[in-house]
Amino acid sequence: MEWLQETYLTYQSTLGYIGLNALLALSVYTTLSCGQLALSSAGFAAIGAYAASILTLNFGQSFPVALLAATALPMLVAVPLGLPVLRIRGVFLAIATIAFGEVVRLGLVNWDYVNGAQGLVAIPQKTSVWMIYLAVALALLLLARLRGSKWGFALEAIREDEAAARTMGIHTTVYKLAMLVLGAALAGLAGALEAHYSFMVAPNGFGFVRVVDMLVFAVVGGTVAYYGPVVGAAFLTVLPEVLRELAPLVGIEPGPLRFLVNGVVLLSVILFLPNGIVSLPARLRERRRARSVTA
Amino acid sequence: MTALLALEGVERVFGGVRAVDGASFEVRPGEVHGLIGPNGAGKTTIINLVSGLLQPTGGAVHVGGQPIRGLAPHRIAALGVARTFQNIRLFPELSARDNVIVGEHLRRKESLPARLLGLPPAREAEQRVRERAEALLARVGLEDRMRERVKNLSYGEQRRVEIARALAAEPKLLLLDEPTAGMNPVEVEAVAALIAKVAAEGHSVLLVEHNVRLVMDVCHVITVLNFGKVIAEGPPAKVAEDPAVITAYLGGPA
Amino acid sequence: MSGQQVINGLFLGSIYALFALGYTLVFGVLDILNLAHAAVFMLASFVALTLVASAGLHILLALPLAVLVAGLLGLVLERVAFRPLRGRADSNISGLISSLAMAAIFEAIAHEIWGPNVARFPFGTLTDKQLHVLGGVVSRLQLTIIGVALGLFLVLWWLVQRTRLGREVRAVAESPRAARILGVDVDRAIAASFFISSALGGAAGVLFGLAFNSVSPDMGRSVELKGLAVIILGGMGSMTGAVLAGFALGLVEVFVVAHLGGSYRDAVSFATLFLILVLRPRGLFGAPSLREA
Repeated sequence: MEWLQETYLTYQSTLGYIGLNALLALSVYTTLSCGQLALSSAGFAAIGAYAASILTLNFGQSFPVALLAATALPMLVAVPLGLPVLRIRGVFLAIATIAFGEVVRLGLVNWDYVNGAQGLVAIPQKTSVWMIYLAVALALLLLARLRGSKWGFALEAIREDEAAARTMGIHTTVYKLAMLVLGAALAGLAGALEAHYSFMVAPNGFGFVRVVDMLVFAVVGGTVAYYGPVVGAAFLTVLPEVLRELAPLVGIEPGPLRFLVNGVVLLSVILFLPNGIVSLPARLRERRRARSVTA
Repeated sequence: MTALLALEGVERVFGGVRAVDGASFEVRPGEVHGLIGPNGAGKTTIINLVSGLLQPTGGAVHVGGQPIRGLAPHRIAALGVARTFQNIRLFPELSARDNVIVGEHLRRKESLPARLLGLPPAREAEQRVRERAEALLARVGLEDRMRERVKNLSYGEQRRVEIARALAAEPKLLLLDEPTAGMNPVEVEAVAALIAKVAAEGHSVLLVEHNVRLVMDVCHVITVLNFGKVIAEGPPAKVAEDPAVITAYLGGPA
Repeated sequence: MSGQQVINGLFLGSIYALFALGYTLVFGVLDILNLAHAAVFMLASFVALTLVASAGLHILLALPLAVLVAGLLGLVLERVAFRPLRGRADSNISGLISSLAMAAIFEAIAHEIWGPNVARFPFGTLTDKQLHVLGGVVSRLQLTIIGVALGLFLVLWWLVQRTRLGREVRAVAESPRAARILGVDVDRAIAASFFISSALGGAAGVLFGLAFNSVSPDMGRSVELKGLAVIILGGMGSMTGAVLAGFALGLVEVFVVAHLGGSYRDAVSFATLFLILVLRPRGLFGAPSLREA
């Protein structure tokens, strides 16, 4: 029991980050689930993180109020962002949303009230690991419930063939916008939770690199299932920790190797497991079946 | 009886080319209306104009008496228009059954809160939807292929899934764009019977088709297009003898 | 705008334009964003630095060698990260991610060989003699950079417009299927465009390293996003557009820094980019295209 407690304390922070990364990966997944590559999540997370931190730090608001605001504000921003932007498709949408994220980040860098590039420090630590996982669980429950409903099927149809979906009476714009708004809410919430978990926020924590990380979590985990992004976030958050532990045993220094392995894992997944880690069991089953047929 | 679908001088220009050039015709309730003509005559363009994927550059289209100018495809679908595609546009990663379930979108009355709370009515509704989709697939002879992803189905099977998906909306007007292309004679026979049955149930059908025998067999009225213009219209027997039609099909001076 | 600002803007713009040209070439041919472009940019800069600092080569000799290495890296990229994905339905997104993976691998390799710190070219790599032009001061370094960039534009223009290879690349960009029917070796044309694209990115990297005398594993990051801005401004896939937009961005940045302050430089570029994407997705200089519809 003591051993268990010790292990928990050692890896508590990793545990928290798995959950936070899972939320962020889900926020990218929401729009991916209807075939839209929107990379605005880092921007929304920044808005959430700053909104919540300003409320707790400067206005003495309670944590629930701060979380609520951090969830609501990005949703409000997502509507005017999404209406024009979601008309653009494919890589263009990705770039437009990256630009949005950069505008948010650079806006914060130039905002003296929040200390510009330095960011906010000494944010009260209010986030517990259970809160993060409650948020993840609720998000997963929501996405799971959508499956099989008319809305769930509509999203899949839009992902597969948007024009065909429209001729089936599906108002594609509303669905795409709803998913962007949902993703904004998740990202904002994750940002606020993270700010009150790590005690600080800085604009550069929400740049292009960060949103790419979120996308990578989602794709490596697999976007064919709603829980794929969570699996991907867990796998890729734990991987560097494992590598750090393992590297000295093999006699290599941990630093750059970590990035190398990360890159190789990412490349292997996208090349050999296009539907992500969650498709692995099915792939293995198929292969076994194929072998038993030939045998 | 008023027309279910009416085209009045409809025109569609693509960069100087008049794909549809002042076409007018009507489809009445319960009618199977054939739309034939040589390649490039503008048949598929008309289907795209009626379903809202394209906007006409001139003229007017009415569905159920309502002008559809500027209406988005999903709004036109809500007026009771469903279609298939010449180049098959199923949702490739979904099963045959799920494709048909998507087709039921407009008929599904569900409450989002009930759904998110996981209440029993939502589950029952889902069960009903699934059964309806299965019944439709059985109707097109695919009862044993329902769980297969459509990308793994044969060409003819995919066409039949598309028809089932369109029927799932219980449309007043069904637009079929070459539904038998790539099918074997047995399948063609089955589709012909299905079209006749669907019409007998009160759906109107606008049928674009190259298989002349099928068109002659199932259509009540045929409109013939050439270079975007209507060159003949009438019952099959009359159209088949029209000299303008014969010239258009066999070439020679128009 | 003073003459000095124009000079500085052109100087910065020539590097952006070179970088973006490579970016847009691959996009034009494959409709895919190669996010490893910035990593090639960085590696080429390190290669040139090593050739100058360790092998004692003159920079004007090191530059073409580094550019060649960059081109070869482009071939590796195409082979490992893009060719296997061709024909996959989601190759748009998967190509983005596989190129990202390659970028991570390239950066890790740079870390391993050269370490994480900023490295500098040895003193006197290019003599910093000042000349007076257009009522402003321009260093020989700046002139060399603008000159090399202009030279490369001409070479590229000749390659794409006047050679058989260029015709094949253009045919593939138009329609891979049609090109194949016409007897074009599509694989070869795509590999060639990756070679050229990465070579240009590498050249931009070497010049950037020289210009700011600073080479580091993450030097490509900031240029990567600016490259995106430039190819959008110029119209995705349009080479003339990329050059014009590259110079435009350079001039605008210098202007914004002079009048609003350095911290607003990037904010202005991205806000502009965002507005352009929303209002005119085909870019300022781009021809109308049905691609995004």
